[in-house]
Amino acid sequence: MRYLCLIYDDESTIGGMTKGASDAFMQEYFSFTDAIRESGHYLGGEALQPVNTATTVRVRNGRTATTDGPFAETKEQLGGFYLIEARDLNDAIQVAARIPSARLGSVEVRPIMEFDRP
Amino acid sequence: MSQDEARAREMVEAVYRSDSRRVLATLIRLLGDFDLAEEAMHEAFAAAVLRWPTDGVPANPRAWLVSAGRFKAIDGIRRRARFDASLHRLVEQFDREADAPSAGDEETVEDDQLRLIFTCCHPALPPEAQIALTLREVCGLTTEEIARAFLAPAPTVAQRIVRAKSKIRDARIPYQIPARTELSDRLDAVLRVVYLVFNEGYSASAGASVTRHDLSAEAIRLGRLVVELLPEPEAIGLLALMLLHESRRDTRSSPEGELVLLADQDRRRWDRARIAEGTALVQRALGSRRFGPYTLQAAIAAVHAEAPTAGDTDWGQIVGLYEVLLRIEPSPVVELNRAAAMAMRDGPAAGLALVDGILARGELQQYYLAHSARADLCRRLGRTDEARASYRRALELTRQEPERRFLERRLRELGGEAVSRG
Repeated sequence: MRYLCLIYDDESTIGGMTKGASDAFMQEYFSFTDAIRESGHYLGGEALQPVNTATTVRVRNGRTATTDGPFAETKEQLGGFYLIEARDLNDAIQVAARIPSARLGSVEVRPIMEFDRP
Repeated sequence: MSQDEARAREMVEAVYRSDSRRVLATLIRLLGDFDLAEEAMHEAFAAAVLRWPTDGVPANPRAWLVSAGRFKAIDGIRRRARFDASLHRLVEQFDREADAPSAGDEETVEDDQLRLIFTCCHPALPPEAQIALTLREVCGLTTEEIARAFLAPAPTVAQRIVRAKSKIRDARIPYQIPARTELSDRLDAVLRVVYLVFNEGYSASAGASVTRHDLSAEAIRLGRLVVELLPEPEAIGLLALMLLHESRRDTRSSPEGELVLLADQDRRRWDRARIAEGTALVQRALGSRRFGPYTLQAAIAAVHAEAPTAGDTDWGQIVGLYEVLLRIEPSPVVELNRAAAMAMRDGPAAGLALVDGILARGELQQYYLAHSARADLCRRLGRTDEARASYRRALELTRQEPERRFLERRLRELGGEAVSRG
């Protein structure tokens, strides 16, 4: 079963890291990604640019409204994601718990909706 | 109806009471779905009512019920699969597993019960859903019974259960006993549910007291089941704690519903059988050397239970136990309890200094028991004005009627009114 792990971090915490600390943090991410590729969990994943690059788009009555910033202003921002294949939720939780940001921010684990198409 | 038939019917009812939860736990594993399993279990018992009077009671009623339930469920799905293509895969899966052991031996049955408990208490479910689902599936309470006990509308409880079941299905919460590495955290979650159910029944602040009492009894039954299936020290400690609390239930309030403090309770009316069982369990848990907060709280309750009078209480031991508890689970409430015990051991002045220290840190400013403890110590030291002020502060913070009346009584004894004048 596929799960999306949405990674939420406080951008100021990450931004406030020293060069050494942030290099070590990135290295942890690379090792983690290698590990879940090897274990067969990895389907995909990306890191996102900071929220100041975000644009929110809505179409109402046929008109497109574009606003600056993320959909919701929160203390922790969506910073990246992994799409994983896991046996069940327990397996997915075990993977999510190893994402480096789980220690600093939080990781939301969402099962992917599967549609039966005829 | 012949005598044999009547006897067979009684047998079905007896097996329902003793084994329906075990049958359900196994059917959930075999069918992979809570609702399907519940339906199958009811059909199996309905079949037993028809068949046992004529065919005789089977040698292993539980195994009979499991295979009858499984057969009925698969048969039903097969019939529906003719109209619903999406069910074909399920039918194929069942056919492949047809030879797998179904009812199984005692060990499999116990494992199924544990699987059910751990799934109902899965931390991915909201706490109130864990409680409702556990009472529904593990204890066999009806939705209406759960709603009555928790003073919640039945549709709310029903919806919690429905949502929890669909999360189990859609997010694929597995039906399994956690791996050894997770076991301790996951057992904590189970014990938390058991203790919440117990407290809901024990500290009955509202509602019909009879129903609430049943809830404590249900929690103790659940606690026994967990100990039987997984005799971990903290599970044993929690069972001991509940038994020791329960032993004092009848003496905690007067016939008029007034609060009676531990020191003033009629100890002759404490339930000796429960105390003996609780104390033996405490010793067993302490002996493991892997005990935690539940065991320590139970040990404290056991020291109280052993004292023939309040004056005979071994306060030194209680202070020591609170100190160990503080080391493994630091909390201002535990600190407050330790301060109260130290006041008993070393005198009210020593206790007051500690309570003032805790209050000065601000964490317990809104906690009425901190103020009523302070009031009590001031009263014993003869500092009447301060005692009155603290009782009034406690009164402002409490919401429970018996506690209000207790504090008002104390205030009157000190010659003060509940509301300060001027």
